[in-house]
Amino acid sequence: MTALRPGGEDFGARLSFDRGSPGRRAVDVPAWAGEETPLPDAALLRDSVRLPELSQGELVRYYTALSARNYGIDSGTYPLGSCTMKYNPKVDDLVASLPGFAGAHPQAPPEDAQGTLRILLDLRRGLAEATGFPAVSLAPAAGAQGEFAGVLMITRALEDRGELETRRRILVPDSAHGTNPATAAMAGFAVTQIPTAPDGSLDRATIEAELDGSVAAVMVTAPNTLGLWEQGIEEVARLIHEAGAFLYGDGANFNAIMGRVRYGDLGFDVVHLNLHKSFSTPHGGGGPGAGPVCCSEELAPYLPTPVVEECPDGLVRFTAPERSIGRMQQFHGNVGVLLRAYAYLRALGLEGLRAVSGQAVLNANYLRALLHGHYDLPYDRPVLHEVVFSGSRQRREHGVRTYDIAKRLIDHGFHPPTVYFPLIVEEALMIEPTETEPPEAIEAFADAMIAIAGEAASDPETLHAAPFTSPIGRLDEATAARRPVLRWRPPDEDGE
Amino acid sequence: MASSPAGSPHPYIPATGADRARMLERVGVPDLDALFADLPAEHRDPVIDLPPSLTEPELIALLEERAAANTSPLRPDFLGAGAYRRSIPAVAAHLTSRSEFVTAYTPYQPEISQGTLQSAFEYQSVVCELTGMDVSNTGLYDVASATAEACLLAARATRRHAVALLEPIHAGTADVVRTYARGAALRVDVVASAGAVTEEHACLVVQQPDFLGTIVDLEPLAGTVHAAGVLLVAVADPFALGLLRSPGDAGADIVTGEGRDLAGAPAFGGPSLGLFAARSPFMRQMPGRIVGRTKELNEPSGGGDPRTGYVLTLQAREQFIRRERATSNVSTAQALIALSFTITAQALGPRGLRESAELCYQRAHAAARRIAALPGFEVPERGPWFQEFLVRGPLPAADLAAALVDRGIGPGLDVSGRSEPEAREALLFAVTEATPDAHVDALLEALAGIGGGA
Repeated sequence: MTALRPGGEDFGARLSFDRGSPGRRAVDVPAWAGEETPLPDAALLRDSVRLPELSQGELVRYYTALSARNYGIDSGTYPLGSCTMKYNPKVDDLVASLPGFAGAHPQAPPEDAQGTLRILLDLRRGLAEATGFPAVSLAPAAGAQGEFAGVLMITRALEDRGELETRRRILVPDSAHGTNPATAAMAGFAVTQIPTAPDGSLDRATIEAELDGSVAAVMVTAPNTLGLWEQGIEEVARLIHEAGAFLYGDGANFNAIMGRVRYGDLGFDVVHLNLHKSFSTPHGGGGPGAGPVCCSEELAPYLPTPVVEECPDGLVRFTAPERSIGRMQQFHGNVGVLLRAYAYLRALGLEGLRAVSGQAVLNANYLRALLHGHYDLPYDRPVLHEVVFSGSRQRREHGVRTYDIAKRLIDHGFHPPTVYFPLIVEEALMIEPTETEPPEAIEAFADAMIAIAGEAASDPETLHAAPFTSPIGRLDEATAARRPVLRWRPPDEDGE
Repeated sequence: MASSPAGSPHPYIPATGADRARMLERVGVPDLDALFADLPAEHRDPVIDLPPSLTEPELIALLEERAAANTSPLRPDFLGAGAYRRSIPAVAAHLTSRSEFVTAYTPYQPEISQGTLQSAFEYQSVVCELTGMDVSNTGLYDVASATAEACLLAARATRRHAVALLEPIHAGTADVVRTYARGAALRVDVVASAGAVTEEHACLVVQQPDFLGTIVDLEPLAGTVHAAGVLLVAVADPFALGLLRSPGDAGADIVTGEGRDLAGAPAFGGPSLGLFAARSPFMRQMPGRIVGRTKELNEPSGGGDPRTGYVLTLQAREQFIRRERATSNVSTAQALIALSFTITAQALGPRGLRESAELCYQRAHAAARRIAALPGFEVPERGPWFQEFLVRGPLPAADLAAALVDRGIGPGLDVSGRSEPEAREALLFAVTEATPDAHVDALLEALAGIGGGA
């Protein structure tokens, strides 16, 4: 990001549409030399389309300059809590782009895609082993779609039991990711929020009190967004099942427990994984990801279509489970992401998975130890993959908000952690170093956090104005939402 | 895992034995296991049957072997039906592989995410221009889930509880709409004409070109459905929109589409990219992320006016703020595919996109004419079409497909099970701007051989 420091041109003011010159082009299109077919009636056609006109070099420079205004895990530490931003192995990209995989057509008959299908089968088996469930569908495109699939599976199971009319509520802890309640609502359920107990775990008494014949499911993130294991979850699962409801597991934080405990062994009925988190496929600035859904024998008939199976004739095929909730996508899911996750799983093996969770948890606790005393720790106990500090002392004593602390971290060369989440922690700083950060990076991050805590006391104004070293300063988000400008328009119709 | 005991356990995990010992001491626990004390003892460290780890060369060898087990992508292949092989400019893959884009998360910190954000604004602009809509999000999972979200939006906006899908529509799209409709308790009606919609329907979903390749005149459909207060959702191929009238101009209210084919290779169908754009009255009902343009709050430290930047905006719609009242649960979607889509469209530019779409049209029609001229073959037409056409031969569709496979040709999709009379015993062939002439020649030779032997 060194090429475009403040003081340069107002780079964002000129889109590709505003660059280049009419008549320039970045690529040629072959001429049609054969017999001309008349085009359809002009009423069906467009006159023109407004797109940029740039030479190839200009286009490449523009997007290269944009890339320089971005920060990725390859740029440095990226400790976004609950996002598991770990190093993405390059060999995974390499193998996913092999022509035999990249060129496979989604409508190809199974005979033509045995290479891809065999990998999907092995990935399915690997994820089933790792989560302790008998059945997996790789179809969902992301965690939220995996959640949606899981809740719809519960819907279908309740329908078959004749209980869908009566079981209209889903219980969701107040520490859950926003996707959990949003998913429950998309599936047509009412959401009842469950408070977090003072020790950071689920409030058992509330759950027991709420568990009646109107509850369809309880959605639990394990480990939870405070980085804590839900102790006694097996007992909670038993209570949930006795009440005739299902236990949904949000596996977003699977990285903490890989190879150590399995959701299926603990009484969960269905869990989604985020392969772009735990299995290290690159996040791409907002996808593509993959959100496989793993489940018990009871829910297996409801899995989303397709499910990959080895058939008696030795061919691997996609099949539709008997009472499937249906398709989540037109085709088979984000296959390119699934190939990368498979490569990651094979590179690690069981010992590697255990090393991942072990180091991820040690790194979070190491950071917790290094920052102890410098920031408030509302749940002061050993953690798993992430640790949630609070900036409330800095706010109270110096008028410095967590927002300011996050922005100042940018000046120290770090991506800030997740802030203001989970909602149950005031001025939250949710930090997940992951196993791929070396101890020196964690120490440097802690040093920066400690320096900023010092600055909060000595020079709060600097924190209010930070960052100073980024390609652009703080942006006016309020005006962006109040007077939305959401697309380029030519200067003559620009209403800005 | 061939490291010495004190070395790091894996190339992806840097801490060595000595590092771990130092860190454990600082944390104040004797070993790693102590950090997992909260996990239930009776379920700890289960037997997990996973193959042993592979080194990088072993991994590449294994995956190369698997990739070779797929039929060669060099074989002539005429499958379309929702996924089309396109000529993608080399700059798209090159720029999209820059790790600052690839390894970033969702742009929660705009000061160091302008690359992702400004690219997304470019994407929204391209989608609006192609579709004729006012507002686009940054993309959803794929065309089918985007169309399902469009149905949910239409139902919210109209407060109606049924949606209609116009045949011929991709079966996968219809299936996904049904999946999503289950949650919202929407009825899904599949209709043969726009006249079948009633004031019970929130929207009519129309595929453009339709599933059998025919170009749809959207304007009269828009008139019919709007008269019943029904919204028109067009599911449009964005590449075809280089040539075809924009759905917005023809009266559509929401446009979805599949962007994967303009982003790169088919990759067995994914990662895909769901385009989603709408008229401005639906802006605050949109699913997914939206990027907006704004200015710095303060003057730059080096002096001068506040500069222009981009932020995630209209977030009051989204799950992480609204929770159970969000317009959708979408979080991670397909940002990197949207970037590649944008670069392809912009590299082609206004003339290149038109020329490329016309080349596609010309190649497909020339191929169809040659097939129709073969004795024993016909190309049943249903109206003007773009890149896909039906072929009926002297053999039943399944046998024709098998005979082509025997001759080293990937046939079009067997659509003989569909209800349209033109699809009876027919295969659906796609020929695009990226189909080599030699492949078309090979197809003609194979068909002539099959025809001659019949």
